[in-house]
Formats: sequence, C-alpha cells, structure tokens
Amino acid sequence: MSIQILMPALSPTMTEGKLAKWMKAEGDVVAPGDVIAEIETDKATMEVEAVDEGTLGRILIAEGTENVAVNTPIAILLEDGEDAGAIDAGAAPAAATPSEAPAPAAEAAPDRPAAPAVAVMDVDEEKFFADTQTQTVRDALRDAMAEEMRRDEMVYVMGEEVAEYQGAYKVTQGLLQEFGDSRVIDTPITEHGFAGLGVGAAFGALKPVVEFMTFNFAMQAMDHIINSAAKTLYMSGGQMGCPIVFRGPNGAASRVAAQHSQDYTSWYAHCPGLKVVAPWSAADAKGLLKAAIRDPNPVIVLENEVLYGQSFEVPTDPDFTVPIGKAKIVRAGADVTITAFSIMVGKALEAAEALAAEGIEAEVIDLRTIRPLDVATIVESVKKTNRIVSVEEGWPTCGMGSEIAALVMEHAFDDLDAPVKRIAGEDVPMPYAANLEKLALPQVDTIVAAAKSVCYRG
Amino acid sequence: MARSASSATTKRLAARKAGRTTRAKKASGATKDELLQFYRDMLLIRRFEEKAGQMYGMGLIGGFCHLYIGQEAVVVGMQAAINEASTVVTSYRDHGHMLACGMEARGVMAELTGRIGGYSKGKGGSMHMFSREKNFFGGHGIVAAQVPIGTGLAFSHKYKKEKAVCLTYLGDGAANQGQVYESFNMAALWSLPCIYVIENNKYAMGTSVNRGAAGTSLAQRGEAYGIPGMEVDGMDVLAVKAAGEKAFAHATSGKGPYILEMKTYRYRGHSMSDPAKYRTKDEVNRMRQEHDPIDNVRARLAEAGVSDDDLKAMDRDVRAVVTEAADFAQSSPEPDPVELYTDILVDA
Repeated sequence: MSIQILMPALSPTMTEGKLAKWMKAEGDVVAPGDVIAEIETDKATMEVEAVDEGTLGRILIAEGTENVAVNTPIAILLEDGEDAGAIDAGAAPAAATPSEAPAPAAEAAPDRPAAPAVAVMDVDEEKFFADTQTQTVRDALRDAMAEEMRRDEMVYVMGEEVAEYQGAYKVTQGLLQEFGDSRVIDTPITEHGFAGLGVGAAFGALKPVVEFMTFNFAMQAMDHIINSAAKTLYMSGGQMGCPIVFRGPNGAASRVAAQHSQDYTSWYAHCPGLKVVAPWSAADAKGLLKAAIRDPNPVIVLENEVLYGQSFEVPTDPDFTVPIGKAKIVRAGADVTITAFSIMVGKALEAAEALAAEGIEAEVIDLRTIRPLDVATIVESVKKTNRIVSVEEGWPTCGMGSEIAALVMEHAFDDLDAPVKRIAGEDVPMPYAANLEKLALPQVDTIVAAAKSVCYRG
Repeated sequence: MARSASSATTKRLAARKAGRTTRAKKASGATKDELLQFYRDMLLIRRFEEKAGQMYGMGLIGGFCHLYIGQEAVVVGMQAAINEASTVVTSYRDHGHMLACGMEARGVMAELTGRIGGYSKGKGGSMHMFSREKNFFGGHGIVAAQVPIGTGLAFSHKYKKEKAVCLTYLGDGAANQGQVYESFNMAALWSLPCIYVIENNKYAMGTSVNRGAAGTSLAQRGEAYGIPGMEVDGMDVLAVKAAGEKAFAHATSGKGPYILEMKTYRYRGHSMSDPAKYRTKDEVNRMRQEHDPIDNVRARLAEAGVSDDDLKAMDRDVRAVVTEAADFAQSSPEPDPVELYTDILVDA
C-alpha cells in the first residue's frame, strides 16, 4: 500500500515552508534515513529524511513551491512490488502515520476553571503562649532546627560555616555537637552547587535545611531555587515534591554597601511553587521555621541579621508552630492599617506609638508569610480603617507594596477613603556612607508621615 | 531554551592515557540472552525516537524535541551495570534514558504529545519527565542543572546508608558549566556514590568539543579533585557495561565518584529544528555505517547463531510497542483544564 509523505513541521513555530529541492527523483529507491528533499523553514534549510522504505512513486509538490502548509502531502512512496499504476487506480494512499491525528485544539480557549486557594493550616497559636521564655531570634531559630532534627532524622542542615564555626551569625550554634557531622554539614563556598545538591537530596527523600550565609549569595543559586525546586512538582505531574528549606539573613544589613545589603522578598514572592516567610518576632521565627521544615514544599525563610540579637517571648512547647499563610495583627487600631514584615514590623510599631500620641490609632499587620499572602486579613482591616500604608525595605518597583495596592483595589476599592500609600526603600543600590544608607531605608518618621497623609492629617 | 548535549572532535577514540584516566578494555563475553536483551532495548529506543521525529513533523509534538538516535548503547549498557536501588538523572535528551529505566513507551510518547496519559500529565513535555517508581529523576531542561541534583541524590543514598549510586548523565556541552565542578568538588570531598556519565557526542548544539573545551579529554575533568575517569567506546554496549560495572564497584565501596566519558554520536540534529550544518554528511554516514551500536550487536548475535528471522521477529515486536505508544499518545485526551492549577504545591 502506498504511503503519503507529508510536509513536516521542523521547528516549534513552523506552519508552512518552501519545498526548496527534491534530492530524489520519481522512480528512485529510498531507504529510511535517506535525504529526500530540502525544506526551508522559518529558521533554516532542513533536510527531510525518509522514514519508510520504498520507491518514490510520485512527486506531488514541485521543487521551488513556496508556502506549503505543514501536513500537505508532498509525495507518494510505493512499497515493495507496487507500481505507479496503484496511484492512478484511485486508491487513497495511507497516511504515513497511524491515524489522522487531530492536532491538539489550540484555537478555542478552553473553559477556565477557578484557581483554588492555597489551604492554610489552622493553628491556635495563642494557647502556646501560656508558657514562654525570653529568647533572641537567633536562639529561637537554632531551637527550631534542633527540635525538628530530633523529631525527624531525615532533617539535616548544610551551608557555609554552619558546623565547626557554629554559624557565620551563630544561628547553628551547638547543632554539630548534638547531631554530628553527618547531619550538620559545612559546605565549600559554592552556592549554586550546594543549593542544587540540596534539591537532589530532597528528591531523594531527605529534608534539607540549606543556609545561605546571606540571601545576597543565593542569587548564584537562583536557578536551582526556581527551576529545580519550585517548578519540578508541576513539571512532573505531582510526582516530585521537594521538601527543602532555604534560609538565611535577608534585607539591609549595616554599612556593607550594595552587594551585601538588599531585600529579596518580592523576588521570591513572584514565583509559584515556593512558599515564602519573613518573620519579625522570635516566636514567629521559631514557629515558621519549624512549619517550613515540616512543609512538603520548598520554603524560603527570610531572616534578618539586625533582628538576630533582639529578644521576644517564645513558647517553650516543642509542638508550637506558626501556620504558613497567616498574617498577625500585632497592634489593633481603627484609623489606618499599616502592613509590614520582618524588621519593618518594629519600625511600624514605633510609628504607631508616635501616631497614637497624635490621636491616630494604627492597626499594624505583620504579614509573616509573603507567599501565600494572607489577603483576607489585610482586606478585613482595610474595611475597618479605610486606609492603608504598606511598608517594606526593598525597592518600590514591583515590590510588595505594589502587590498590596493592587489587591486592596481589587478586593476593597469601595472601602478606601484614601489612595494606598507605599513606603519602600529608595530606588537606588544601597550606599555605604552612614548618612546615605539611612536616607535609603524607610524610617519611623516616613511611616508616620505616610499614615498621617492617608488620614488627611498633618 | 534548551541547549546542548554533547560532542567532540572527529578524532576516533584515540587512546589518551594521562594521569588516572584510563581507557576501557574491549569487552566481550556477554551471554546470548544478554545480547538479545541489549539489542531489543536499543532497538526500542531507536524506533521510538524515529517515531517521535515523525510525529514532530506532523505537528503532534511541540516545542523542543531532542532525539537520542545513535547514542543508545550508552544508557542500555549503563543500566545493565547498576542495581535496582540506584537512581538516574539526566538532561533534556532523555527519552532513551526513560525507556532504559523501564518506563513505558506509551507514557513517554503521550507526554511528548502533551496528553493526560503522559508521565507528567502533559505538563512537562519532552524535557521534563520523571518516574519515582523506576528511580528516574528527570529529565532537566537547564544545561548541567541535573549534575548537582544527581550529586544530591547520591548524597541521599549515602545519608540513608543505601548500597546504590546515582547515575548522573551530562553532555559534553554541560561539562563546561561551573556547577559541574562545584558538584565534582563536593562529591569527592564527601565520597558520594555518584557516577558522572559524560555523553560526548562531539557537538554542544552546533559547537564541536574542540571549539568549546580547552582540554578535550572530558574523562580527565575530575583529576584536580582526585576523581578517576575513563574513556569508553560509547558505541559498544559491552564496553559501556564493563566500564559501568567498574565505576559501580568503585562508587559503592565508599571510594566516591567516578567519571565515564562515553565517546558517542548523535545522528540527528541537536533538536528537531537543527539543520546540523556544522558537520559533514560524510561524518554522519561514516558513524552510522561503521559504528552503529545496534548493527554492532546484531553482528555479534549473528556470530552467536541467532537467525535473521529471530531478529526480524524482535523488530516486529518493538515496532508494535512503538505503534501502540504512538496510538495511545494520540488518543489519550489533553489534560483537563483543572490540571492548570494542580501540582503547584503539595498539600501540607
């Protein structure tokens, strides 16, 4: 039975091409792999090879023909023993492939299902605060790792100086002594490599906690964080979960200039497949890191170097965790909402005190989790206060404030009595000079002024 | 965009002994059954890839599609050298690796056509497929990203005290990526059971090895880290298997990683849209005619007394598997629109 040879698609974007040249003539015998024609695609001139064996019975499209659509029959191949008469006998030649496979429907947009909300665990955090101790953020983070390592032997910690040096910022102090060098691992200075190695270990059923000495260096590891850790579950149809934590200090440090002083929050917040947390208090640092280690997904834990030494009340119960995806109202108020995360929560609370002295009661929301963002808590607050100021340390363009402004417009436009106000770091690389550095970062008085402006005061 | 996977100069497997780099001895002495199995496994990959190329031409497969034709002996030989607990990870030229790992042709082909019956429910495509059941960990689209990942899988084997290796495949193009050396360093430092299989098919997309690599012996690339390396005739499945067994014994005895440079060749372009103008037709024909890994085994089988009819019967069986896969890949439905939003996060 004769076989139709069809105009092939030879690039992802080709829909038609020019049949530039026939390399075989009618009557020639062809074997699989023989070049039978040359075709000019949208990208290059390509050779077309025969797939089947036979004799070129008839050329249907003359060489030099332009705009030949993909899948147009271009020739007929006769199999053993057939002669050209078979073509004229009117027998419809079989297509060269099993069936006429309709190309996947791409034209009509399919019905669009609704995107489901991310499930957030409900935890009664308050009950754990019956029994607390005063702890620094640094020690709370250390305890979080130690407790989870005791609970699950698949949890291990790796990073630069985490073991023998006890942590560049002493966050991993004592872990090597308790858990040994098979679970607390000093890496070479090789962020791209050890981030990828951690992802592989997570695919291999371990639960790595990968410390970046600071998130500035995680830029070298970005490909593995996004392409390998965040996307593989989706690309595998749900087979390849990646239970990994990437943690370390993020945001402006002090007097280290532009390469070592930057807030990456909105970078990670942009990417589906990740969860992102940025705690302020020691209790949230502990509870969120524990939740992150238990989470079956890649979680970015953005800590803050300046906060490491600050003390807070922290629950002592090892079962205490903070649900990822829940913001916390750290100060109630009816006049204006201020959202903040990480170190800016402290500044927002100071601003709220100053505002109270002027008779403005601010409600301060510690976002705690950046992705998935607790939109409901923000919207509920705005419905009460009708005003909102977003505070962050990072750059303003496409920052968290931009996102919050858009969300409030989408969900609470009619409740707003003033435009959303964004307070962010200045749109400049971080300067070294002390006076310039201070000018580049949001300060309490800038937050106060913003809150007053949305209240049309001052 | 996916780039390379491999290649080298036209110099023929010239023996180059330097440092700890050795060359595999010509292997022989496989049983007839073993040879038959190799023949069938390689033929399945070849026929599968030919069909995939044809379906791409019909517009049934989209995007990038990197065929493995010519390199079949590498994965088939290596798979025969490891144990069941071992894991495999590779780049985007991955169809052959999946079939060699025992994944079903229909599931792979249906992924190529973007259907729900594919290994990734149609959401990964040619370059991103996985099977935890078969210990195949991808299918990675970023050149060399699979190398730290494979090193991490080897780390997990050691951590869990398993007698297993991670076979980490990479091309000659990937061998120039920095993360490969970050991985070599850690694997050697921590004695991880990782076998790095460099599939040197002579061309990183269109750049030949001698134009892209200073120092073209890729087997030697681990020497600074004390990682032994071996050049292997990657067109000879028995040489591959023998080298793989040596590397497996090394890695599972606590001695750390091993590098195998497979001298191989891809007959087709880098991807479907590559006109392959960077090499001559003669070069391709010479490799096909004189070094084809399947012809090589067929000749050995003939010597061993296997009849042409038996081989033809096997050929028919393989074609039937591929035809069934192609039919399934076209009849399996596209993913339901709700799949757009699934598999982004695992429920906590």
